[in-house]
Amino acid sequence: MSRTLNLTLNIWRQNGPNSAGGFETHQARDIPTDASFLEMLDVVNEQLIDAGKVPIEFPHDCREGICGTCGMMINGRAHGPEAGTATCQLHMRKFADGDTIDIEPWRAAAFPVIRDLVVDRSPLDKIIQAGGYITAPTGTAADANETPIPKEVADSAMDAASCIGCGACVAACPNSAAQLFTSAKVWQLNSLPQGQPERYKRVESMVETMEQFFGSCTNHGECTEACPKEISQDFIAYMNRDFMKSKVVNRKRASQ
Amino acid sequence: MIPDAKIPAGPMADKWDNHKFDIKLVNPANKRRFKVIVVGTGLAGASAAATLGELGYEVDAFTFHDSPRRAHSIAAQGGINAAKNYRNDGDSVHRLFYDTVKGGDFRSREANVHRLAQVSVDIIDQMVAQGVPFAREYGGLLDNRSFGGAQVSRTFYARGQTGQQLLIGAYQQMMRQVDTGKVKLHTNMEMLDVVMKDGEACGIVTRNLVTGEVSSHSGHAVVLATGGYGNVFYLSTNAMTCNVTAAWRAHRKGAHFANPCYTQIHPTCIPAADEFQSKLTLMSESLRNDGRIWVPRNPEETRAAADVPEADRYYYLEEKYPAFGNLVPRDVASRNAKTVVDEGKGVGPLKNGVYLDFAEAIGRDGRDTIEEKYGNLFQMYDRITGEDPYSSPMRIYHATHYTMGGLWVDYNLMTSIPGLYSAGEANFSDHGANRLGASALMQGLADGYFVLPYTIGDYLAPRLGSDPVATNDPVFVEAEQAVQDRVNQFLSIGGTHSPDHFHRELGKIIWEHIGMARNAEGLESAIGEIRTLKDEFWSDVRVLGEGENLNSSLEKAGRVADFFELGELMARDALDRRESCGGHFREESQTEEGEALRDDENFAHVSAWAWNGENTPQTKDVEELKFEEVVLTQRSYK
Repeated sequence: MSRTLNLTLNIWRQNGPNSAGGFETHQARDIPTDASFLEMLDVVNEQLIDAGKVPIEFPHDCREGICGTCGMMINGRAHGPEAGTATCQLHMRKFADGDTIDIEPWRAAAFPVIRDLVVDRSPLDKIIQAGGYITAPTGTAADANETPIPKEVADSAMDAASCIGCGACVAACPNSAAQLFTSAKVWQLNSLPQGQPERYKRVESMVETMEQFFGSCTNHGECTEACPKEISQDFIAYMNRDFMKSKVVNRKRASQ
Repeated sequence: MIPDAKIPAGPMADKWDNHKFDIKLVNPANKRRFKVIVVGTGLAGASAAATLGELGYEVDAFTFHDSPRRAHSIAAQGGINAAKNYRNDGDSVHRLFYDTVKGGDFRSREANVHRLAQVSVDIIDQMVAQGVPFAREYGGLLDNRSFGGAQVSRTFYARGQTGQQLLIGAYQQMMRQVDTGKVKLHTNMEMLDVVMKDGEACGIVTRNLVTGEVSSHSGHAVVLATGGYGNVFYLSTNAMTCNVTAAWRAHRKGAHFANPCYTQIHPTCIPAADEFQSKLTLMSESLRNDGRIWVPRNPEETRAAADVPEADRYYYLEEKYPAFGNLVPRDVASRNAKTVVDEGKGVGPLKNGVYLDFAEAIGRDGRDTIEEKYGNLFQMYDRITGEDPYSSPMRIYHATHYTMGGLWVDYNLMTSIPGLYSAGEANFSDHGANRLGASALMQGLADGYFVLPYTIGDYLAPRLGSDPVATNDPVFVEAEQAVQDRVNQFLSIGGTHSPDHFHRELGKIIWEHIGMARNAEGLESAIGEIRTLKDEFWSDVRVLGEGENLNSSLEKAGRVADFFELGELMARDALDRRESCGGHFREESQTEEGEALRDDENFAHVSAWAWNGENTPQTKDVEELKFEEVVLTQRSYK
């Protein structure tokens, strides 16, 4: 059954990418425990608008944990306290009456603040653009069942492919590294038979693009902890193996 | 007047092939001389942009999201249909075609649906080649399941995340073209007008949502793949930013809006918990394959679900529809749930749901099997409700989910504005009055990968050598000014209520009168109520902040303003269609058993509404539907 909570929120406000930001304190009153975290912010925003104050900008869209738009640091943790849960799926029953909650945008040099809790995550698209695809122009495909793929391989590719591109891995990482995001895509495509022709070109290009924007991985493991899809760190190891091999394979191919 | 639908002559099965041969082609070397604007980068938009880029066209792709991967196609869960007949259970292109026309309650254009069924097989091949990790069997071949309303297993899926996998696949194909430079990607850009010159679409005006900059973009043709309008209900399964604005702006420029009253209510969503609720969450319909739907026979029932003995459970779908049982089409399932809830038999704290029970399936197949099939859905349910569906049944109720109506398009997917195309959920074309499960992904990808990239050449070919209209042409300058004026207007009204407040109130009117069941009195009342609320909105909306910055209230105000106009047209369309068909249930037109009763003599047509200017009601143009292959029957799932 739904109860209600009274909360104190310390929320990061920042007018634009080049403005100084700071924390603002708001009281959230009578928040039902069945509300989602974002619905709690909706209520706060309605109150701000009623009071003639500019509402808080926060990233959100599908509100069912799949589009990857939402994400904020909640009490210092990417997506908040519940494991395997995006911010939109976090519900207020995970908090206690009287709690103080700190709410900040993703923190990473590669993700500059646009406004308040909204950041620019476009470097993630740049990584995909660098090779996160299989070249299969429309109309050229063979019958879908022509190449059987062992179930274990397909399942592992699907585990990697479940990434929603929210950027929590980067925000949680002390180095702001994007290895988990990048490796999830590399492994989805590199593990499948269709992905073999571009395997080493893909990994080299994606990793090098990643390094233009993001820090280096030092195996802290915070990424997997924060990931709303609980994507395994193992994929980073697979990617590193392919990346090292690519340095030999790609050079050898180039010399032939 | 509505243009000719350009349905090709000849036998149904040959129409598409004949048409592809008959339409004009653009020489490969000349394709680079044409620029195509694609608005929206969901399944239809991303696949169209990718394919047009591969063919050699110059493409400008626009999304109002921060990344194309956010489009709401991503949320589709259950699967995608294709007439592969991999199960050897009697499926065929003809059967998928037939099922889709019948499922749409005989209100779709046969030729379009047949083409959809034909290209469905290519979609699966294409997506597998791109690395979409569809579910597989131990032998390594693709797995299938049966899905709402189908008696064959033709649905391909990737756990409960099929939409995500397909969208990301299409997004990746598009990003490959972005890398080659053939597709220019514009993120955080909302289209706020279609621009026309000499009666043809020549470009769009956008507002950059981060900087507020209003700018013009010109091309030889414009494609709108901007999704459906389900958010007119406020509470729906759509993402928060889904809206009708792009399609509505096109309508106001002369594109006919077809069948706006055809909206689909999805039977398996999590019931609303309270007034603060911002959206409803859908649980894939595939759950109905293994879950049994029931309510207690006694409205006063107080026992926990597991303690209610079999004899006191009312498995209403299984009892009423022995052949299809829990797999009846969406509209039938939703209407029956409403009936039992209205009888006071609803379950849950607000008595606003029905049980979807997996106890038997878990007993039969084991928890591991059920977890493998639906694990992420069970987890999602647990997160939202705080209840564990492995030990107690889910509670479900219906919610607005998909809109079959949309911009009228001909067989080439061109709207009634020359040079303006519409693909995916934004157009009206393939689902008639009701969409079958797992057919939305199919249609989005069919339009984007396999239809539009061919048919657009027919329009472009004769225009070889013409330059796009310059963006300093008066038509663009005026359109930009109008967009800027509207932005300024919202910021200067200075009223007392947020755009969300008005949206919520509008949603209540629409749900009450244009929801599950409609009647003349309610629809007439809705028109009046919508107009009153709309006037209030324009004098009392409060939009704070600036126009030169990220301002989601401002974005929302523009979208809500367009929803008012759409809502009124939905009511007028529903009032005009004095029959029940698919998702449109007029209480005045039902059988003795309370099933939807069509009136084929008077309403076997598409209602395409033409804009007549501000404050003048739209007029209805009619495209008669001719059925050559499918015999019209009263749908029966008994």
